[in-house]
Amino acid sequence: MSKLSRRKMIVTGLTATAGASALSLAAHLAQKYGLVPPDHGGLYGPGETLTYASMRLLTRHSLAREFSRNQISQRPLQNEVAPFSEEFKRHQAAKFVDWRLVVDGMVERPMSFSVDQLKSYPSHSQITEVVCEEGWSYIAEWNGVPLSYILDLVGAHPQAKYAFYFSIEPDWWESMDMADAMHSQTIVTYGMNGDELPVGNGGPIRIRLPRQLGYKSVKFLNRLVVTDDVKKFGKGLGSVSPETGYAWYAGI
Amino acid sequence: MSTTESAHVPLETSSPASVAEIPVAMAQTRHSLLVRLTHWIITLSFFALLLSGAEIIVSHPRFYWGETGNVLTEPLFKIPIPASRNLVPTGYGYVLPDQNGWSRALHFQSAWLLVLMGLLYMIGGIVSGHLRKDLLPGIRDLSWQSLVDVITHHLRIAPGGQDASSYNVLQRVTYLFVIFILFPLVIWTGLAMSPAFDSAIPATVNLLGGRQSARTLHFFVSIALVIFLMVHVVMVWREGFKCRMRAMITGRTATGKERI
Repeated sequence: MSKLSRRKMIVTGLTATAGASALSLAAHLAQKYGLVPPDHGGLYGPGETLTYASMRLLTRHSLAREFSRNQISQRPLQNEVAPFSEEFKRHQAAKFVDWRLVVDGMVERPMSFSVDQLKSYPSHSQITEVVCEEGWSYIAEWNGVPLSYILDLVGAHPQAKYAFYFSIEPDWWESMDMADAMHSQTIVTYGMNGDELPVGNGGPIRIRLPRQLGYKSVKFLNRLVVTDDVKKFGKGLGSVSPETGYAWYAGI
Repeated sequence: MSTTESAHVPLETSSPASVAEIPVAMAQTRHSLLVRLTHWIITLSFFALLLSGAEIIVSHPRFYWGETGNVLTEPLFKIPIPASRNLVPTGYGYVLPDQNGWSRALHFQSAWLLVLMGLLYMIGGIVSGHLRKDLLPGIRDLSWQSLVDVITHHLRIAPGGQDASSYNVLQRVTYLFVIFILFPLVIWTGLAMSPAFDSAIPATVNLLGGRQSARTLHFFVSIALVIFLMVHVVMVWREGFKCRMRAMITGRTATGKERI
């Protein structure tokens, strides 16, 4: 009996040591290859990290599903947003002629873009689905300029890790990793279903990030910051979503 | 059916050298450590998934078929409860507080735990022979007569007296169905709702007929799992709650008469 328990103790000890070393090695590798999300701490940190790491490995280059024209939703949903700020109402009254998207941070040439300027760049069109974390969805055609094109224009530093992006409306900002920022379907969107992007769907410009849930596609976009340091923004969790209990990574 | 101790030797003492050292009481082990550990962790994960899943439904208690669906489209069916979003017309004059954030986080973390425990159970079950010996029904038992016998037994007013040292044929078929059909289905339909996973493997959602179909199927498979859970608990109760709980917690059963 004592022989058995001694051996059991040794085996348990060895297993625990091996497990701990494997975990610390995995943590090291995950950090090195950018597989740890900014909101990896806390009670649900393990789940968030497992999800982000596996999706990042699985979906680095994969494309969101695109649909045929006849699958476009007849009545695209315009879900409610908080009442507009005075600043937004001024822009809306002026038909957004003075609206600017400011891009700065870890870039060679900080720039600001008017909506017309964005429209003059090579455009990308996609018929993709907006998927809300609540459960509903709709399909629309989206027109815009690939974010990668903008990031090339401003000369984003190669050591940058995230693109933070902000709505003109308060407390509405997100960030994405560079794999998503450089992805061909990530667009600064100014058109929808062959028309201008309606205010009800985020106009004059919004982000479209079709491989993640709708709340990552921030509406009324007016600023984008390229960075390698999430700590500089809010509580350092990557976006305002984790501060209100939602996941930073919303590919699921 | 296997009734000898060979099928029930706990995993950690299954090497030939240690078998000789097993005390007599240990030979009565009903469920291996692997089965007990994964059973309870999966139970815990399942309750967390159920609670958080219900909470997520509250944000949009409408179900659709096909690729898209929202408040502007006709639902397949609605659940007549108030919603946590004012986007949804429920007929109730109030909106419940938004609980989706932690619900989603808990849902996915529990799903990870359940999937990892499921994998551990599968691998352990294959290596130890548990799946083959304890769950695969014997050819002789796979007849209507033996199924009818088991069902007749359960329908008797005073149950019990059944051999608790191994699973009967109805249990085997049910457990295999839950393990190899319902759980894979609930994982598949869940993954099909992930836009990122669908980008990697579009067939995940396309084979189900679209993401709203996947969401609706996820709901129904979850209902099936809940029904299994309820029947499972009732059966455990009827056949001797104490004895079977002891077996699933400590791994041991009382010797001799099984019932209570």
